[in-house]
Amino acid sequence: MLPRRIVLGIQGVGHRVIESVWRLGRASRFFILMLMKSGTSMRRFRLVIREIYFTGVLSLIIIVVSGLFVGMVLGLQGYETLQKYGSESAVGTLVALSLVRELGPVVAALLFASRAGSAITAEIGLMKATEQLAAMEMMAVDPMARVVAPRFWAGVISMPFLAAMFSSVGVFGGYLVTVVLIGVDEGSFWSQMQSAVDFRYDIVNGVIKTCVFGVAVTAIAVFEGYDAPPTAEGVSGATTRTVVTSSLAILGLDFVLTAFMFRGMS
Amino acid sequence: MKSENLVEIKDLNFSYGDRAILKGINMTMHRGKVIAIMGGSGCGKTTLLRLIGGAVTPSSGSVKVAGQVVHDLSRDELFQMRRKMSMLFQFGALFTDLSVFDNVAFQMREHTNLPEAVIRDLVLMKLHAVGLRGAHKLMPAELSGGMARRVALARSIALDPLLIMYDEPFTGLDPISLSVIGSLIRRLTDALGMTSIVVTHDVQESLKIVDYVYFISEGVIAAHGTPAEVQESITPFVHQFVHGEEDGPVPFHYPASAYARDLRMGGSVA
Repeated sequence: MLPRRIVLGIQGVGHRVIESVWRLGRASRFFILMLMKSGTSMRRFRLVIREIYFTGVLSLIIIVVSGLFVGMVLGLQGYETLQKYGSESAVGTLVALSLVRELGPVVAALLFASRAGSAITAEIGLMKATEQLAAMEMMAVDPMARVVAPRFWAGVISMPFLAAMFSSVGVFGGYLVTVVLIGVDEGSFWSQMQSAVDFRYDIVNGVIKTCVFGVAVTAIAVFEGYDAPPTAEGVSGATTRTVVTSSLAILGLDFVLTAFMFRGMS
Repeated sequence: MKSENLVEIKDLNFSYGDRAILKGINMTMHRGKVIAIMGGSGCGKTTLLRLIGGAVTPSSGSVKVAGQVVHDLSRDELFQMRRKMSMLFQFGALFTDLSVFDNVAFQMREHTNLPEAVIRDLVLMKLHAVGLRGAHKLMPAELSGGMARRVALARSIALDPLLIMYDEPFTGLDPISLSVIGSLIRRLTDALGMTSIVVTHDVQESLKIVDYVYFISEGVIAAHGTPAEVQESITPFVHQFVHGEEDGPVPFHYPASAYARDLRMGGSVA
């Protein structure tokens, strides 16, 4: 006979695994149902626009400020290293490529998850806890169509624009530091950037990444909110899980996408 | 011809897992009446409302509303039926991101194609009926508990339902708000010809306004009757409940092992 403690331990592990599989199943069903109920969001696009304001427009400040600093740091670090090889004029290329391919989509998505994702989860979770969703059900209005789907589509639409904003401001930050402050030649800064950044290979791939991140972050956020236990701890736990899970999802997906998009070819 | 009974419940059983909540409930609710369902906390009153609203399915038995068996309806049919009923939640459940006006207008905008000018007039009429026309621009966070519930009441009569269910409408209200809500329930029921089901444990207030009372205890109907009958009742449970006595058929103590044993006085020590 195994000691009781070990049996309990194994039971605990089994319980957690079963619980996670159930949850994954619920999440998948939820996602499919949400897509099926998206018709209302498309017909009454005003609902989505309202949410774009809350998730997208109100995230602009954090995105712009972070983008500016990230670009400035990239400029400084890039210049520091490149000047050792006498190629400091390539700093524009370095800043632009790092932002468009990686940092823009990833950092913007991480910021979006913590700024807008957490807010979406908390809002839906609290609407559930205060019986607003149940009240809507009783009024014969489907919360999936009226509350969840518009928030999802708003997030998916906002994300690429936020990442684009992040990258553009970042490039400007790099320009400020290297050209204006340090004095790198302006002409070579821009022209090298222009010739090195490829539209299809760099920009389109970056945009694809942001779209995937947008879907992942907002889907996680709305699901966590909808699935949250209707209590104070439930909602706070769900908000934390949104940020943690979507951050991990962003980084994991980024690796997979990068492996497919840029496998050492140039 | 329309049946006199709006809601008919037959041999209704409901359980969460192994725990039986409702056991063999039979009820009929006439049109145009205010019916109270009373009982201690956790006796299954709210579950009963959820069954009538089709939010949960009974283990056995049937719930009929306006001649249709609620739990046999498809989701679309259920949503059609819910346009004829309304529910007032315990704390109002107003949509916190919408103003008072938009809250009341919500169902009209979702379910009808009425022009905005008509909606405006209708909303103001509904708000006037609960005395809050002047508050239509406020947000739910700016309202007191009693006002929030009045707005919720205005919202629930937005589409002139046949049936309104009230889940603990009197909880947490001061005496003035309490009698305002009470008389509003009565007046609106009479004026609009609706049927009201009030789930409550506020005996004094509800006995003033209702036509019929059902008492639920431990999942069965312990007693029923008109307010006058109930007040005179000598059934021990009803007597304890109506007069708010501390001890009786509903014991003061939660079931426990022997007191002396728990305190390790005499007897065997665990």
